[in-house]
Amino acid sequence: MTNRIFLLGDDIDTDQLAPGHAMAGGLAALAGHCLGAVRPDFAASVKPGDVLVAGRNFGMGSSREQAAEVLKHLGVAGVVARTFAGIFYRNAINLGLPVMIAKNLDDVSDGDLAELDVVCSELHLTEKKLVVQLEPLPEYLKRLLADGGLVPQLKKRFAAERARLED
Amino acid sequence: MVTQSFRKLIADDEATGAAPLLSAVGVMAQTLAQKIIARAAGRDVVRPGDVVTATVDLAMIHDSGGPRRVEPILKELGAGLFDASRVVLISDHFVPGDTDEGARILEFTRTWARQRDVTFHDGEGICHVVLPERGHLRPGMFVVGGDSHSPTGGAFGAYMFGVGATEMAGVLATGEIWLKVPGTILIEWRNRLCDGVMAKDIMLALCARLGMDGGCYQAIEYCGSAVAVLAMQERMTLTNMAAELGAQAGLIAPDEVTVAYLKKAGVEVGDWQHFSSDPGAKLLAHHVFDAATLEPQVAAPHSPANAEPVSQAPATAIDIAYIGACTGAKYQDLKYAATILRGRKPAPCVELIVAPASRHDQDRAAAEGIMQVFEDAGARILANACGICAGYGNDRLGEDVTCISSTARNFKGRMGAASSKVWLGSPLTVAASAVAGHIADPREFLAESGRAP
Repeated sequence: MTNRIFLLGDDIDTDQLAPGHAMAGGLAALAGHCLGAVRPDFAASVKPGDVLVAGRNFGMGSSREQAAEVLKHLGVAGVVARTFAGIFYRNAINLGLPVMIAKNLDDVSDGDLAELDVVCSELHLTEKKLVVQLEPLPEYLKRLLADGGLVPQLKKRFAAERARLED
Repeated sequence: MVTQSFRKLIADDEATGAAPLLSAVGVMAQTLAQKIIARAAGRDVVRPGDVVTATVDLAMIHDSGGPRRVEPILKELGAGLFDASRVVLISDHFVPGDTDEGARILEFTRTWARQRDVTFHDGEGICHVVLPERGHLRPGMFVVGGDSHSPTGGAFGAYMFGVGATEMAGVLATGEIWLKVPGTILIEWRNRLCDGVMAKDIMLALCARLGMDGGCYQAIEYCGSAVAVLAMQERMTLTNMAAELGAQAGLIAPDEVTVAYLKKAGVEVGDWQHFSSDPGAKLLAHHVFDAATLEPQVAAPHSPANAEPVSQAPATAIDIAYIGACTGAKYQDLKYAATILRGRKPAPCVELIVAPASRHDQDRAAAEGIMQVFEDAGARILANACGICAGYGNDRLGEDVTCISSTARNFKGRMGAASSKVWLGSPLTVAASAVAGHIADPREFLAESGRAP
């Protein structure tokens, strides 16, 4: 596996993830600007399966869910952070992007080879042969994520309701 | 830093594990947030940490996160609106439609409003200001908004919070949303603010003091004598910037000031006295500050948490003074800024830009001669919309521009080029800085002209 970690600091805000000036266009155009102000190499070098690791309050600011959607579009496997901003956290789960909290990130360096295991709540640093423990998601959110996000979950619910009505 | 008395009376809710206090009637004492959520969730009481599903009384959406984002999801779900009469659409992000894509998005928004038959305020101003102004809010309501500054509605004693578009689509389809019942952080401001100090200064000081995540996605409730004497739109600045503290909601219990505003907006207020925190309700924290010791604040680039008293900030030269946004260009904000700008002009090197937060507020300001003050000062007047604050349209900050702004956020690159630098201040401080040509203390100008706002 060659998935890598992009290590970021505290207070990564939604304008850095999805800048306002690019909000009128589509997701592909927006993706090119993702994190451009703090990590200019990110959009061009991120590969599917890579993991973002950040400090406190990741995703602070706007409610624009493109901030989470754009990461999913770029193939990011998930975000691990000390804390998340509330709206971003909800948006990410609703869109099926794993967001995991870690108390201790001391072992993590930028560029580490890594694999995110959402089910076991672990971040494997494969080259370093270390495991970073992540806080397990609450059951409600685990189900939401397992369903693929809010839209697939609602589809399932509506289908079940329709089936009940037809019975 | 602010000099203040600061007390943490009650520690973490779950950590203490203390028995819930009982009110006189034997029901568990609850905070304002708990009472509203309990009602919306169909329960007598809720406890912080409970995960509940609540029925929304109103859903507010705008042109950016609204129709263009929710319609494809509603289609995919094969769902209609849970109740079109409980949906309010307001265009503000892409107004005035000065880019091709923005104009197309506005056109889609208008068509959707007709097709879905929802209440639509088009080009009337910024959603957080228009919503109460047009009488859509009243105490005790449980409301979601498709914008992060949705806590603004809490100034009216409503529990209102921001969600993304997918979550909003879910609300529009079902009328429901889940939430974890928040604990309440009570922030009390005793005594009175001094002349030259505004609600915006309170919030910048709190950002510096508590941090951008100090609200921990819980509910913040503001109280105290300094809050009680504030006009509604100043209170709205407090709840609006609860977002900058990372809270889910910002609340102020309704009082006579709230009721007077709402009656003027044509609202049948109903039972409002019930919507306040019970004495003895458990709190996450209780901060007590002395408003009389608070100085005007400015926040250096690129975070509201970089706030410090303007008297201690470097007299940084500015290129643009911006009075705009739901945070800083409501009628009250315009009125305050005009007290300094009346009979004065910006320094030659400074461009003054004013984007009144709503048409209604602009009309009122015009009727009182306030807009004339801005015109006499040579200000450029922008549309009643999010304007430069959102950075969506053609009006953006250029490379290396230094701006002082009455808006809520100064994140890197938000209002334009990544090399631009945005300082945040109150409308008074922005006006004073415009005249001085550098970041300046508004109190000097107020003293000079002998007029306190």
